[in-house]
Amino acid sequence: MNLNFATLTDLQKALRNRDVSATELTQHYLTRIDALDPALNSFISIQAETALDAAGRADARLAQGDARPLTGIPIAQKDIFCLQGHRTTAGSKMLSDFIAPYTATCSEKLADAGAITLGKTNMDEFAMGSSNENSYFGAVHNPWDPQLIPGGSSGGSAAAVAAGLCAASTGTDTGGSIRQPAAMCGLTGLKPTYGRISRWGMIAFASSLDQAGPMTRTARDAAILLEHMAGHDPRDSTSLTEPVPRFSESLGSNIKGLRIGVCREFFTEGLDPAVERSIREALAVYESLGATLVDVSLPHTPYSVSAYYVIAPAECSANLARFDGIRYGHRCSDPENLQDLYQRSRGEGFGEEVKKRILVGTFALSAGYFDAFYHRAQKIRRLIKEDFVQAFEHVDVIAGPTAPTPAFPLGEKASNPVEMYLQDIFTISASLAGVPAMSIPAGLANGLPVGLQLIGNYLQEGPLLQAAHQFQQATHWHTLTPPEVL
Amino acid sequence: MSIPAGWQIDIGLEIHAQLNTRSKIFSGASTLFGQPPNSQACAIDLGMPGVLPSVNAEVFKKAVQFGLSIGARINQESRFDRKNYFYPDLPKGYQITQMDHPIVLGGEITIQTSDATDKIIRITRAHLEEDAGKSVHDFKPGHTGIDLNRAGTPLLEIVSEPDIKNAAEAVAYAKAIHQLLTYLEVCDGNMAEGSLRFDANISVRRQDAETLGTRSEIKNLNSFRFLEQAIHFETERQISVLEAGGTLIQDTRLFDPDRHETRSMRSKETATDYRYFPEPDLLPVLLTAEFIEEIQAQLPELPGTRAQRYQTMHELSASDAVLLSQDRRLGDYFDEVLTFSGNAKSAANWVRGDLLSKLNEHELGIAACPISPKHLGEMIQLIDQGVISGKIAKEVFAALWSKQTESAGDYVEKNQLEQVSDASAIEPLIDALIAENPKQAADLRAGKDKLLGFFVGKVMQATQGKANPKQVNDLIRQKLSKA
Repeated sequence: MNLNFATLTDLQKALRNRDVSATELTQHYLTRIDALDPALNSFISIQAETALDAAGRADARLAQGDARPLTGIPIAQKDIFCLQGHRTTAGSKMLSDFIAPYTATCSEKLADAGAITLGKTNMDEFAMGSSNENSYFGAVHNPWDPQLIPGGSSGGSAAAVAAGLCAASTGTDTGGSIRQPAAMCGLTGLKPTYGRISRWGMIAFASSLDQAGPMTRTARDAAILLEHMAGHDPRDSTSLTEPVPRFSESLGSNIKGLRIGVCREFFTEGLDPAVERSIREALAVYESLGATLVDVSLPHTPYSVSAYYVIAPAECSANLARFDGIRYGHRCSDPENLQDLYQRSRGEGFGEEVKKRILVGTFALSAGYFDAFYHRAQKIRRLIKEDFVQAFEHVDVIAGPTAPTPAFPLGEKASNPVEMYLQDIFTISASLAGVPAMSIPAGLANGLPVGLQLIGNYLQEGPLLQAAHQFQQATHWHTLTPPEVL
Repeated sequence: MSIPAGWQIDIGLEIHAQLNTRSKIFSGASTLFGQPPNSQACAIDLGMPGVLPSVNAEVFKKAVQFGLSIGARINQESRFDRKNYFYPDLPKGYQITQMDHPIVLGGEITIQTSDATDKIIRITRAHLEEDAGKSVHDFKPGHTGIDLNRAGTPLLEIVSEPDIKNAAEAVAYAKAIHQLLTYLEVCDGNMAEGSLRFDANISVRRQDAETLGTRSEIKNLNSFRFLEQAIHFETERQISVLEAGGTLIQDTRLFDPDRHETRSMRSKETATDYRYFPEPDLLPVLLTAEFIEEIQAQLPELPGTRAQRYQTMHELSASDAVLLSQDRRLGDYFDEVLTFSGNAKSAANWVRGDLLSKLNEHELGIAACPISPKHLGEMIQLIDQGVISGKIAKEVFAALWSKQTESAGDYVEKNQLEQVSDASAIEPLIDALIAENPKQAADLRAGKDKLLGFFVGKVMQATQGKANPKQVNDLIRQKLSKA
């Protein structure tokens, strides 16, 4: 068995059959990280020692026949999740030395289920970006072509799984930060319904949009990981109380009669023709599997990017105010007075993109501008929600491209924020509405992975995962691995 | 200070009251006062990365109690907002407060003005928010320390309409709010610990002006005296500027009690833009009608209603009625004494007289009173039944206070303190006294009534206070008029 690109299901079986030990598996990935990651830069920190300790304990459990669902499975975690005693940077100089004194709820749940954390993955600073070029720890390279971006902000998590440096990873998605890098790296990435997974211990970018989720090789793997990340958490008031279904056990046997909405607003001018071709072919696969394609409209989609780039920066301008150099995080040397301490600590600690968004958000909330920006953006958000509510009266799932283009060269869009922001044009509306959405591999465009986005109704991760799983039963796209990585 | 002729003053107060919950409004950390710096601040209070607030339900109960007590409307959908500003003792860089959807809307409270007439002060709103920490300036030379123990302590900010017309009314209003909050036991009312703090919005205008003048807000006054002084200094300042032909600018000022002045911190032009927006980490809190009704049903009888009941039902004097109803525990104590004694007048006399002076002498609150209201009530009943005299009662009271006995009845019996009401036992004593003091007897008979006390006293002395003074009185009169 090739461990490099094995699925969670394969690994669960291999560990239980003692074909491989948790220690061997962990060591295998650590060795690969050592060998391959210098070129990819997908990890910010490696936790070799604690990972091997955990693997030892996992082996003891496995030997006793006391394995939990994820016992011995090595995963990577986006460096936005606090892990007690470990450095948690959010990709920022501001937190480059921050040791978290607590563990994020979803990371804790994964650990409770037996998962082993190999390390923390690189990301756009404070999850702000679509190319992973905004990290204090350097850009991440796409395993499919190191000249290309891996997508962002969960670019390190995507690259690490795509390169076979871990079995799966966690990501966060505020406007597409799981789905877009999953698309660019040929992975399955799921952003659940807002509130499905606790945000406790996950460093906030935009609180009303942030949602954690799994990044995996298959829909089944995503279902398995989601089961062990989701659930009500009293420490997060916005976390949902609805029970978490056993997603991995109800992936179904067919999708006959599934109504798939094809959203016309997702096939717009900026869409790369090669991407569009792959998506159309994927839709044809669905039809051949017995699904019905229904033309739907989400009429307010064109406004989603504008609304998002008011709401998210507004929330981030407040969320990032705590990084003031007073209690933790970067503090400038020899401040002259309080004002100087604030200005230089924040000026030095934050990168350009973060500062830009703090400025935009501060402006949007200012007296005299609040109504024109924040208030109007919230109105659009409500209209976008309405769009989805109406569409889901007629369809079960909405399908379209995840991103308008495949991965693009590093540096290409770095100086053009508008073009960069348009990377999220198809993913943002599901974030604003709070509905679950995922990206699955659906073909290649010029040899690069193309992501098909599937959007579900509130709390309907189940049907979404079924649709993704059935597609993967019929196609091989998700099994492709980067040609250069062995 | 009297207000200069031709001028009137308009004052609105913002009162920040710390609600006396055990844990903070958005975290589980303790609210205990006086602990070592930063020992009562958890990761949430410190504004660490990735932490989230969750609401302490207790604060809603307390805020609703207050709202219902002032006849306010309770907002069933209560939302939180972020108020953004940078300050070292504000860990998150924003304060979670309520801007557009405060929990309490409207309401009023009655105060007594200096001429003893009632006046209604309207309350605009009251909202929930978190307290900030404390900056300790120069805790070592050139350094400011930050103590976040207070950060996250729940506050109810009570905002009045500008119905207050002078410093005395402002103090009366502040005291009325203080009394109500402590009466409801939603705030400990400890001024020295900062449990109640005032911001005063003050403006002056010519007597005939129809609109309010330009206001200044005096921040963070932490005693009734400072509130009064600040209003005096600020109104004087404003009037003198205007009388000199100057104009005022709207600003925020600090009161300096040492220099007897207020100083401008910032003007309206340079005021902080707080950039309020809805707090995305907290969902709107929905209070059910049942929740509010339950609090209404459990609301204690309020001081005003209580005082009125004492006056109309129990015929207490206005001053007794007010005194016994201003403290909820004292009122409850009195009510119980009343139940066991059945004599309101006497119960009031004992409670506000002997009992309160004893408590004051030992610096005890009513909660720590060693005499239970039941036992005091029973003692009063013994007096009313003629079992003991008022004089003996003092002794019994002392015994109850010093815990020599639990029950007045037992003590009286054990020490044979029952009043002697048997005329045949007292008459020989009187006869003997008249015989021993012929001159006084003659004078009394001649109309020198003062001497009655002389004879009564002698009899009481001879019976060690056990005779019934009224009976002794009657018997002496009888004897002397017969002869």
